[in-house]
Amino acid sequence: MSLDPEAVRKVASLAHLEIPESRLASLADELSGILAWIEQLDEVDTDKVEPMTSAVAASLPMREDRVTDGGDAAAVLANAPAVREGFFVVPKVVE
Amino acid sequence: MSRLVDLTLAKALEGLGRREFSAVELTKAYLAEMSAARPLNAYVLETPEQALAMAQRSDEKLARGEGGPLEGAPLGVKDLFCTKGVRTTAASRILGEFTPPYESTITSQLWRDGAVMLGKLNMDEFAMGSSNETSAFGPVVNPWRSRNSNRALSPGGSSGGSAAAVSARIALGATATDTGGSIRQPASLTGTVGVKPTYGRCSRWGVVAFASSLDQAGPIARTVEDAALLLRSMSGHDAKDSTSLPVEVPDFSASLGRSPKGLRIGVPKEYRIDGMPPEIERLWSDGIAWLKDAGCEVVDVSLPHTRYALPAYYIIAPAEASSNLARYDGMRYGLRAEGATLRQVYESSRAEGFGDEVKRRVMIGAYVLSAGYYDAYYLKAQKVRRRIADDFSSAFETVDALLTPTAPSAAFALGEAKADPVAMYLNDIFTVTVNLAGLPAISLPGGLDAEGLPLGLQLIGRPLNEETLFTLARTMEQAAGFEAQAERWW
Repeated sequence: MSLDPEAVRKVASLAHLEIPESRLASLADELSGILAWIEQLDEVDTDKVEPMTSAVAASLPMREDRVTDGGDAAAVLANAPAVREGFFVVPKVVE
Repeated sequence: MSRLVDLTLAKALEGLGRREFSAVELTKAYLAEMSAARPLNAYVLETPEQALAMAQRSDEKLARGEGGPLEGAPLGVKDLFCTKGVRTTAASRILGEFTPPYESTITSQLWRDGAVMLGKLNMDEFAMGSSNETSAFGPVVNPWRSRNSNRALSPGGSSGGSAAAVSARIALGATATDTGGSIRQPASLTGTVGVKPTYGRCSRWGVVAFASSLDQAGPIARTVEDAALLLRSMSGHDAKDSTSLPVEVPDFSASLGRSPKGLRIGVPKEYRIDGMPPEIERLWSDGIAWLKDAGCEVVDVSLPHTRYALPAYYIIAPAEASSNLARYDGMRYGLRAEGATLRQVYESSRAEGFGDEVKRRVMIGAYVLSAGYYDAYYLKAQKVRRRIADDFSSAFETVDALLTPTAPSAAFALGEAKADPVAMYLNDIFTVTVNLAGLPAISLPGGLDAEGLPLGLQLIGRPLNEETLFTLARTMEQAAGFEAQAERWW
């Protein structure tokens, strides 16, 4: 599968990345090169093989449903680009 | 008398315990070496005041006879580990001056055990790279140089700062992380020892996430014994990481003195690749001979899906990365760029904040996870991953460990492999299989090539069987007698 510049534009939009027009064609080449190399996986017979979703065969542990953390608004906000009255300030979300 | 920084961790701890020198003296010796070694660009942040304060506390504890297992040992921390009150960047512009209000589990365990923090170490951006050239702070320079050449070499990556710092004696040991080879490949390129533990052995909590099903932290150290000491403090169950294994931490040092006699070692024929330098072939044969001499039985084994590991990795790792890195949107921390709409703020913050390799991987990840391509790429890769893991399970029915080279080459020049992403990915050809299968592995220096550059050998073990790896690695370390050091040019 090779990607054309239009497909790169779409993927960039899915990934929330601004890509300048001038870079679309070269990125299409780079990504197509990587994908072409990846496609050798088609040689592997994977019929009746279960996908491996975890590196260790352990089930996720459950814990008691109780509060273990919190009450640290100042620490949570400490690295924010903009803060007002204990809240994150973000650009306008609703038009 | 040798310099304090020439002592191994084990020797330094002995000297500190006997009060032959103080933790403050040892830390000062390291801080002085660090300032002299700035041309290596190994540290992205030095924390001398914190280091001296911690060393002072260590001396007080040692004086009271209350020293911990690493009391007074000055360590470097890869800048992927969150450190409370100390800037943590993952070597990315997008994190800006991010200063975590919390401490990663692993580093908190090191400080609990008495270690001293010297500073934060350079790395490939978000641990994505094998040469340290994707760092927003510029590449680390390998302390090693070819004979008769001043050309700057790469220390490997992504834990290039950790490996270079340990090799150049500007850290007594270092934390590192390994998603596809990022501990072992730089260890191999710098003549140091690197351990990638079993997935789940060390907590991932507070370590900036790259590919969560593959990421695992471990130490880079000067000797096998030093690595065993560090890994013991770094390991252990952590309720804050749901993939952390609830198992006891063995005393890894105890396995160093054990005899490897009777252990069966597999040599996987698929790791003999075209174009491998003859010196790496030779070192591999030396390694086999060392283990035979020690009473091990060496047999050929087959891991038939080896060649598919890298392409599978380059679906799975970018897929997980694209999801993990979605959090960097400029809202709650890090870089926020200008934009007329919320979406434009997201897109321009990420465009300004991420480097080229990170963008490539985030886009590959978004693509392979997107509607219509998920089955063809992501699901296929997960099935191939299963077959790779099954190859190892079959091999471990008849052998106790596997021996391979760590990397397909010695250290290469900075700038050499940058142009072609796939060529760079091939650096991890011998290491990436282990991450996919979740297994433990160790890289140790075995010898030098004709240019005088270090080459590493890798031992791979059964899940949670790091102890056998330490026994074998210690045996090989003694047989190799690797004493070489980078000649100091900085």
